[in-house]
Amino acid sequence: MLRYLARRLIWAAVLFIAVTLVTYVLFFLIPADPARLVAGKAATDADIKRAAHFIGTDRPIYVQYAKFLSRIVLHQNLGHSFANRQSVNSIVGAAAPVTASLVLGGAVFWMLLALPIGILSALRPRSLLDRASMTFVLVGISAHPIWIGLIFAYVFGYRLHWFPITGYCDVINPATDCGGPVQWAYHMFLPWATFAILFAALYVRMIRANVLETMNEDYVRTARAKGAPEWLVLRSHILRNAMLPVVTMLGMDIGLALGGAVFTETVYSLPGLGKTAVGGLFNNDIPTVEGVIVFATLAIIVFNLVVDLLYAWIDPRIRLT
Amino acid sequence: MALLEVRDLKTHFRTDDGVVKAVDGVTFSVEKGQTLGIVGESGSGKSVTCLTIMGLNSKRNTISSGEAIFKGENLLTMPSNRLRDIRGNDIAMIFQDPMTSLNPVHRIGVQLVEAIQLHRDVTKKQARLRALELLKAVGIPRAERRIDDYPHQFSGGMRQRVMIAMALVNDPDLLIADEPTTALDVTTQAQILKLMTDLQEDFGSAIILITHDLGVIAEAADDVVVMYAARIAEHAPVDNLFKRPHHPYTWGLLGSLPRLDADVERLVQIRGQPPSLLNPPRGCRFHPRCPYVMGICKTVEPELGPAGDDPDHVQACHLDVETKDREAAKVLAGTMAEAS
Repeated sequence: MLRYLARRLIWAAVLFIAVTLVTYVLFFLIPADPARLVAGKAATDADIKRAAHFIGTDRPIYVQYAKFLSRIVLHQNLGHSFANRQSVNSIVGAAAPVTASLVLGGAVFWMLLALPIGILSALRPRSLLDRASMTFVLVGISAHPIWIGLIFAYVFGYRLHWFPITGYCDVINPATDCGGPVQWAYHMFLPWATFAILFAALYVRMIRANVLETMNEDYVRTARAKGAPEWLVLRSHILRNAMLPVVTMLGMDIGLALGGAVFTETVYSLPGLGKTAVGGLFNNDIPTVEGVIVFATLAIIVFNLVVDLLYAWIDPRIRLT
Repeated sequence: MALLEVRDLKTHFRTDDGVVKAVDGVTFSVEKGQTLGIVGESGSGKSVTCLTIMGLNSKRNTISSGEAIFKGENLLTMPSNRLRDIRGNDIAMIFQDPMTSLNPVHRIGVQLVEAIQLHRDVTKKQARLRALELLKAVGIPRAERRIDDYPHQFSGGMRQRVMIAMALVNDPDLLIADEPTTALDVTTQAQILKLMTDLQEDFGSAIILITHDLGVIAEAADDVVVMYAARIAEHAPVDNLFKRPHHPYTWGLLGSLPRLDADVERLVQIRGQPPSLLNPPRGCRFHPRCPYVMGICKTVEPELGPAGDDPDHVQACHLDVETKDREAAKVLAGTMAEAS
């Protein structure tokens, strides 16, 4: 177990360096000078040079990267934004809860949709419900989240006025006009729905397939031969086994979903990590983009580790060695 | 009255290609405390017969008819909650593949306790004691510790012991064992078989033993049903069947047993393949493969009727008694040579 953790941590470090390094190199390839942006429109060449020295872009890229890395490791400091000198720690700190709300809330949303639909369509294959849910799956997988987001915003926000179209309300710290859990959930409802559709579709299909497969297992027949009623067979023998791969997928997808959050945040103007990263990209703001990437990488690594530990706990056949 | 009386049992499966008549008119009975062996090739309908009795076929595409009277009640027509009371309590089943028949995510103790508590109003503690008792009875070493192990921590033979313990835990009157030794290696097979016959004496259960192995039948059965292509070819007390088999298919099975005395290049086999049950041959279903085939065999299906003067011995073949006596003697000469 300890050896397993140690190995995972080493891999995490390697992954971390690879991801941040690639980001740095990609930025270096972009033919634009962040110093020009920092110095302002009316700056002279001398001003730009001083600006470049100030933000450190006059040094070679490996020096920049080494400084970035040592700052993180030694001081847990992500540096300052090129664009407005704000601390990247606080930028990420402000954006992360928004994205966390979106992704975790969205995950709850899609599981609440996918579990009952997936299980019911597996229990009644080829029924009307099964056909309807397979249609939903096809639409959900094919439609782009931006398109779904715009349609939802138009229909449920603009036309029906059921939900607000934009904005974010903090759960804990109320702003002037909105805050608290109710307003938070109210504002997040459409983003959650948009975000959840794709994953709900994927999960309906996966849960349906897993349940169908598990239903034909010998041990399910054994359970019936013991005289177990159908609800017990379903709960204790079919679902317990059919959910094993779903748990793994869920952990990996929550990491993956950070990428999908970009679209949803853009459509609903949520000040989350995705929107921050896109904004940073347009401004050639390496520290901000790197900050988001570092945070997202760490989040994904942690999620995957948690999933592996969880998996070993729910499936006794798996030993972490 | 017999413990279980099966009359004209039919199980048909609807498939995309048509109706598969997996069991097509099977009649037999099982007496209290006795062992009935059902023998036949793969796909002859032996497993489906038992799954039908247990009500374990998928309901969606199965049509069953006939009767299976267990202690005066018809298993095929009773409400499903009554059938559930009987399953695992009065009738228990052991399956072919012990590797996949136990739920991999539950400790075996939990699975045994579940089987007990489904039918007995006892506390978890009492159920666990009973489970432990059974694990010891089936010869699991260090049962106190192994009861909390998971199925994957057991070998195939040990898992089958656990399955037997689980089947016997509620003291069933009838135990259906569907090829219980097929997936095990030869030495383990003998152990499991011995275990089952020993436990039968202690528990007094009747057993339906499904197998394709005549050796197992000779070892353990009191009565034998030989099935071919969804029907019964021959049904007799075990001694009579081995002393004087009446059906050419039974001869084929006996003749194809591996022999230790004769140094032969190839094992004797019954030529041809078992027929498709979508569209079985007209007349006697064995006629395309039968070396003694006559004109009548191709058109008239033989009825199951008494063979010779023994009322317990029935068979379905058109051959005359003289030919049968002569041919059976030849087959037996071969197998006897092996036995001596």
